[in-house]
Amino acid sequence: MAQVAVDNRGLRLFTRYLVLSLVALVFLFPLVFMVVSSLKPDNQLLADTGSLRAFMPVGDISLDNYFAAFDRAPIGRFMMNSVFVTVVTVVLSIAICSVAAFSFVFIDWNGRGTLLSIILATLIIPFETIAVPLLLVVSRMPWLGFEGIDWGWLNTYRVQIVPWIVDALTIFLFVQYFKDLPRELIEAARVEGASWFQVYRRVVMPLSGPVLATAAILKSLKMYNEQYLWPLIVVQDEAHRPIMVGLGYFFQLDVAWGELMAYLTLISVPVLAFYLFMQRAFIASIASTGVKG
Amino acid sequence: MASKLTRSNGVGWAFALPGFVLITTFIILPFFFAFWFSLTNQRLISPNPTEFIGLSNYERLLGLDVITLEPERDDTGKIVRDEDGEIQYPRVRTITRNPDFPEYKGMREWFRWQSGDNAKVVIASDVVFMKALVNTLTFVVFIVPLQGGGALLLALLINQRLRGINGFRTIYFMPVVISIVVISLLWRFIYDGNDGLLNNILAALTFGLFEPVDWLGNPDTALGSIIVMSAWQGVGLHMVIWLSGLQTISPTLYEVAAIEGASKWQTFRYVTWPGLRNTAILVLIVITMQAFALFAQIDVMTNGGPLDSTQTLVFQAVERGYGKQDISGGSAISVILFFMVLAISLVQRYLTRERS
Repeated sequence: MAQVAVDNRGLRLFTRYLVLSLVALVFLFPLVFMVVSSLKPDNQLLADTGSLRAFMPVGDISLDNYFAAFDRAPIGRFMMNSVFVTVVTVVLSIAICSVAAFSFVFIDWNGRGTLLSIILATLIIPFETIAVPLLLVVSRMPWLGFEGIDWGWLNTYRVQIVPWIVDALTIFLFVQYFKDLPRELIEAARVEGASWFQVYRRVVMPLSGPVLATAAILKSLKMYNEQYLWPLIVVQDEAHRPIMVGLGYFFQLDVAWGELMAYLTLISVPVLAFYLFMQRAFIASIASTGVKG
Repeated sequence: MASKLTRSNGVGWAFALPGFVLITTFIILPFFFAFWFSLTNQRLISPNPTEFIGLSNYERLLGLDVITLEPERDDTGKIVRDEDGEIQYPRVRTITRNPDFPEYKGMREWFRWQSGDNAKVVIASDVVFMKALVNTLTFVVFIVPLQGGGALLLALLINQRLRGINGFRTIYFMPVVISIVVISLLWRFIYDGNDGLLNNILAALTFGLFEPVDWLGNPDTALGSIIVMSAWQGVGLHMVIWLSGLQTISPTLYEVAAIEGASKWQTFRYVTWPGLRNTAILVLIVITMQAFALFAQIDVMTNGGPLDSTQTLVFQAVERGYGKQDISGGSAISVILFFMVLAISLVQRYLTRERS
């Protein structure tokens, strides 16, 4: 009798793991296929799709596709462009949004409620609905450079960076976080004669680790992974093109699947590595976007 | 004392200003420009000055009418039929190009149906836009239950105490951190009609009975394929949101349900689901907003084809605003899209207000 009960429990446990694993396969198979295919020559790659070999690094395995991919497109350049745009935007975004949120939460000034409401109202404007008018705006916008005024922002880094620095969600995340910090700390610092900037820099920022991580992760994913529509329409020259738009080289007339898979692997692995390394922070920060609205 | 310490108009403004200026320049202004441009003939580059043209951009997009075609008759008044017995009708262009009907000028057939001996034909000034509108709505209507429901099932699956459960959560979430552009290209290979992985898997599962399908090349399956792929990519994200909702439900409620002898379904129906109400609204809204913005998948996988079966509003806005440099036409589509998104968020406000 007892034996049966134990067996039942074992069976139940087994079914649970079986279900979990089958579902895991659904999410893993395209990714495994991508990495494995990037190591195979095209003829073997196509032949293998008919069997389980599609998911196994067997046969004629090499890094040739990776070398060929670098020959086909200036991948190093694209990668550098994306990383540069991402890093600069993330740093500026965190600085400007956190300072603004600090002002909204801790400093008492005329009009702060109105200004914050206006900013938060922009949450419901999807970028896709302003891309077209913004294209016209940036095509005629001035820029003060070392050689005087320059008209038009197309085909630059700044057109990929400046419009993305501030967004309502980042400000909102900082505001929510700052609201929960003990106000006495700020007032105590003020009593001791600290300037507002010192309070921000020496009291609030050191306490803001979690929200800084969240904002940085979200913005990095946005800039590195999701930037496609915007650079597609404002950056035509290779010198400034980011990694996702650079994919165009690989799906022209003759699709070289192996090289394409190598490129896809190359641009996804850094993000995946980051994710696996700090998956708790990743999941928590992406889940926090759910609070918006 | 405290108020004096925290009050400072100058510093307050100075700290908030950089952020406010940027958000005004790059979000608020373009947003109002969209409305303005949609009432003009603004182009990206043009030697001619921009003119105000009222609502004609919208009329050109939304113009819609139904015309009735009477069958062709021969001299004796008998209806003309072809070899298959199908009734022959005059061509639609005999009406849309007829100077007697200036109101139909430039319109094209969208679809038709039979009504008695007559044919009713729906004509539209911009058939591609209409298809984009319908496809976008179709995408929204299918992906919301698929992705939202799928995510809930995953969350329930992952919300159990088992060794290694975090590993499974990590795997389910993985596609979320990969660019949708990468995913789309990868799935183009999976959906390929000849060597595609999907056809091969289905053939293996049915012992070769399955006939290969060119998933993205067939107007009947293209949009569906994109829906399934998009849900696959995004489902892990909403699983996490559902999970945080599940964890707010008090364990005592489950204990009571267990004591009362509630079945698994009853527990879900009367304990879990009511506790998830706000999460549900949130998940639905987030998926809906993302779904209306559908662009990258289309651009990478199908370019709107085949036969416009995967055209979407954003794709059309970009094609006109950028591709054809028709800023005003693209802006008009953007404004229409914005009102659809606005309507959805008003519904959300209404649903969440009801409770509190």
